[in-house]
Amino acid sequence: MERRAYYRNPVLPWLLIGPQLILVLVFFYWPTTQALYWAFTLEQPWGGGNSWVWLDNFLAIFRDGEYWLTVARSAFYALCTTGLSMAVALFLACFVDRALKGTKIFQSVYVWPYAIAAPAAGVAFRFIFAPQSGIVGSINQIWPGIWDPATNGVHALIMIIICHAWLGIGYNFIFFLAALQMIPRSITEAGAMDGARPVRRMFDLQLPLIAPTVFFLLIMNLISSFTDSFGLIDTMTEGGPVGSTEVMVYKIYFDGFKGLDYSGAAAQSIVLMLLVIALTFVQFKWVEKRVHYN
Amino acid sequence: MIERSPIFNFVTYAAMTLGLLVVLVPFWIVIVAGSQSLQEVSRVPIVLWPSSHLWDNIGTAWARADLGPKMLNSLIVAVGVTTGKIVLASLSAFAIVFFNFKARMVCFWLIFITLMLPLEVRIVPTYAIAANALLPFQVILDTLGITGLVEAISSVRISLEWNLLNSYTGLILPLVATATGTFLYRQFFMTIPDELVEASKMDGASPVRFFFDVLLPLSRTNMLALATIMFVSSWNQYLWPLLITTDRANYGTVVMQLKALIPAQNGTPDWNVTMAGALIIMLPPLLIVAFMQRWFVRGLITKDK
Repeated sequence: MERRAYYRNPVLPWLLIGPQLILVLVFFYWPTTQALYWAFTLEQPWGGGNSWVWLDNFLAIFRDGEYWLTVARSAFYALCTTGLSMAVALFLACFVDRALKGTKIFQSVYVWPYAIAAPAAGVAFRFIFAPQSGIVGSINQIWPGIWDPATNGVHALIMIIICHAWLGIGYNFIFFLAALQMIPRSITEAGAMDGARPVRRMFDLQLPLIAPTVFFLLIMNLISSFTDSFGLIDTMTEGGPVGSTEVMVYKIYFDGFKGLDYSGAAAQSIVLMLLVIALTFVQFKWVEKRVHYN
Repeated sequence: MIERSPIFNFVTYAAMTLGLLVVLVPFWIVIVAGSQSLQEVSRVPIVLWPSSHLWDNIGTAWARADLGPKMLNSLIVAVGVTTGKIVLASLSAFAIVFFNFKARMVCFWLIFITLMLPLEVRIVPTYAIAANALLPFQVILDTLGITGLVEAISSVRISLEWNLLNSYTGLILPLVATATGTFLYRQFFMTIPDELVEASKMDGASPVRFFFDVLLPLSRTNMLALATIMFVSSWNQYLWPLLITTDRANYGTVVMQLKALIPAQNGTPDWNVTMAGALIIMLPPLLIVAFMQRWFVRGLITKDK
């Protein structure tokens, strides 16, 4: 951050940075503050502004068993998508890292899911998993009624998790491959010379060396599965059947825009914000540690 | 590459092919189903080979979801967000890295904290602000007493209003208001050696000149990377456009139209039309990622790390 050659000018930097600052204030800080205000107030039923209710909104959602169910479901969803997506991406990155002939073609295709809009993938996977369709639905011909995401909540959740994990493969793959390629060849060669087989080297050399990337991706994936699932859920199940795929973001949307309960939705938003901030904070702490002890 | 055993090489290719299947099968199914007739697509089990009705299906989907104007809207939004982001990000990063002013670090943190909370998390209040984007300024004027003052002097009441619902500005601006691009540019500007700044100063170049003649040409790769990332992410937006456009006919984007293409619960299960529609909707960002891969991969890694 230390730079010697600075320009000094009283006006110009403000002109340069002004537009961005204004946008950030209007579309980030104001709404975030507004969310805080709503979370601690309740709108009067017959108009006349908001009255301060302290933590009532939070207590209301925390006392609601339904809400905790949504939180637990979101956590389960986040862990499953993150684990699945990262495992597949790491598996692929390890093999691509060997850089055999023709690997480039595989490599570029693995990135594709990154480009796909979540709702587009949602629509595609909905068809693939449709109980009446000829793909996954075919198994219903052999064992009637064994697969039905339209009525079975567990099936619906599995379907969305698979789709979300698939969407994340590209992003995770890019980072894993970059991290693996960063490891000096000499280290892997030394390991091989000592007689470590590929799997052994994977677990004892490469994985520890790319641990920071693994951790970074873990956090990024968790955050994105907590916040990014709306497009999928809205196109695949709309939270159904009977609310069994309703996660936190979807509930905020539903309570806020369909139920018009701004205070409740704002309180839920604050909880989600705190969760995301906590995850980011853990990430920063980790990075700091790595810098210190290296 | 260390082991050259043919068995291990075989395992590697086998694993990579398996991965290829995992990634490509959904695409394949979309293409296959999108090219079949209603009869073929309803067959259980389905024949996983393309048929000849792709153009008909695309035509039907195009008409049903009114994709022409929607494509144009998506394009406007994606290009708008991309250019807006590149311009704002490069300028503000320039100010933060190369200028010495008191509030520099405060500005830096004000902008970078926004990386922490995605739009989805603060969606309800952001929607409220879109109904009147000038509300914060009104409140500032009110609390400072300026409104009252002006009213007393000129009997004109200041009431600022700028409704962003159902407008391109509303679709674009909130997506520009994040720090992703600024961060990318900052990371790049930090690698510019001080000597370059000194040399151009010595040659008598103004900061503006330095920006246009030295920094911009140097950051061309950076710009391509950011452009790819931003185009893809803004084309694929779903929740925000859904909220901000009540007038779907005029301001809807293609990704929002996907839901309209899903067969109704008790209607004709014409998934072939749905898949053909999904195919053209996902195509533009896919093409961009496929062709810009080299640049955007590098950008993605510096952006997030």
